[in-house]
Amino acid sequence: MKKFVNNVDEILTESLIGFGDAHDNILEVKLSPDFITRKSKPTNPKVALISGGGSGHEPLHGGFVGHGMLDAACPGQVFSAPTPDQIESAAYHVHSGKGILFIVKNYSGDIMNFEMGADMLDLEHQTIVVNDDVAVEDSTFTTGRRGVAGTMIVEKIVGSLAERGVSLEECKKFGDHVNKMTGSMGVAFTSCTVPAAGKPTFDIGADEMEFGVGIHGEPGRKREKIKTANEITSELMTAILGDLKPENNQEVLLHINGFGGTPLMELYLLFNEAKKILDHNNIKVTRSLVGNYTTSLDMAGGSITITKLDEKIIEHWDSPVHTAALRWGI
Amino acid sequence: MDSEKIFNALNQIKISIDQHKDEIEKLDQEIGDGDHIFNIQRGIDESLKIKNELEHEKPDEVLKKIGIKIMTTVGGSSGALFATLLIGMSKKYNDNLSDPQNIAEMLTEGVEAMKKRGKADIGEKTMLDVLIPVSIELQKLSDQDNIKSIAEKIKEAAEKGMLSTKDIIATKGRASFLGERAKGHIDPGARSSQLAIEAICNTIINS
Repeated sequence: MKKFVNNVDEILTESLIGFGDAHDNILEVKLSPDFITRKSKPTNPKVALISGGGSGHEPLHGGFVGHGMLDAACPGQVFSAPTPDQIESAAYHVHSGKGILFIVKNYSGDIMNFEMGADMLDLEHQTIVVNDDVAVEDSTFTTGRRGVAGTMIVEKIVGSLAERGVSLEECKKFGDHVNKMTGSMGVAFTSCTVPAAGKPTFDIGADEMEFGVGIHGEPGRKREKIKTANEITSELMTAILGDLKPENNQEVLLHINGFGGTPLMELYLLFNEAKKILDHNNIKVTRSLVGNYTTSLDMAGGSITITKLDEKIIEHWDSPVHTAALRWGI
Repeated sequence: MDSEKIFNALNQIKISIDQHKDEIEKLDQEIGDGDHIFNIQRGIDESLKIKNELEHEKPDEVLKKIGIKIMTTVGGSSGALFATLLIGMSKKYNDNLSDPQNIAEMLTEGVEAMKKRGKADIGEKTMLDVLIPVSIELQKLSDQDNIKSIAEKIKEAAEKGMLSTKDIIATKGRASFLGERAKGHIDPGARSSQLAIEAICNTIINS
């Protein structure tokens, strides 16, 4: 393992301190229990948005704390959900009288820890569970679909709505709607290496890819020989469009997300491939985002996320945002 | 005195888990993401650190405080679930850690709380495939006097439960995303739970 490390047990804390200092105009990092919060509290009461999850997906979620997005983020250990006391402390720190909205990726550990954290609260709260990954079949009898790169889209759009001072119910309803309008699927070329393990999470041949991979390098739909970008994109898009079923002339947001080990040059190539397919299907790409936003440490590969747009979603996607990883309009 | 038993058992669990570290890590890498062993080890180590401050506490208080320690230091599914188990168990303690009937009641309470927390049951390829059969077996045996023979049978129930996870597909937890591909792999959470039960049983058998 070749990584910037002093002591494996201190990686998270040292990284959080650096993150806090690097963005001290936007946010503040609190330690023990760890959470990231906005530098300045909003002047008017608003629904407080809190997300969190295992570390190793940076900039998700801490990079999205700031005006127009999250009020706080709780980072767990690498790939492990945060603990209930982190969630409780963050909630009491950021609430301003209009309730707490948790945005949680659909992974068992995240769900359970956020539930336990919420149980400890004497505050009004609701939870949006994001489950945009179309690689996994949804079912009420199983854990269901995973929450992946679409999570940041939900955070951006609901974050904007919350900034207007609307009610907790309205934010929750809109967030569930955006989640439903969003579908993602990814492919990995290499494994990631969890620092504490010191070796790759999975073995994968030099000519193989993991299709439908999750954001922890956990296996997806199938392992197969690598194909051309055109063929890979076509398969991913078939799955996503099959799930979202966009209508003719539907406007969409196309988000190409890198897992951490793939250059932007390739991500833009992937964007080009995806857009060609959408153009061909009379689906209009009117908003786009390309970059490493929901990563899996150093894993090579990427994912495609599509959100079906309506007027309200567009309005809140376009509105000003000022966070460490996403900034426009301010 | 009883509190010391809890920490002795925890020490034995640590030895066993550490010995099987690579195996558990490998199981998790096959059908999960490889963090389970580190979470388990962190939970055990953090719990052992509070041994001195809990020296004079009663067992239910010890279990509860270890539960809270695990809840606040481990994270992930295993942190939430083991914390729920221990805090649940602490609620049913009635002053005798050597009484099989009381242990059976405590375990049943803890396992029920876990089932609720994880919205899971037996046959879903999780740690509950070990813990549910163990709690049922213990209830059945709890009127017997020979504690060592109870421990032997509990060990067997745990092992059988652990092995049963091999040939089922997962419907809960991270392995559930794999569908058919999870077949043929033992669940890492079931293996670590079985090792813990085995370690506790061995301390009883060898005492």
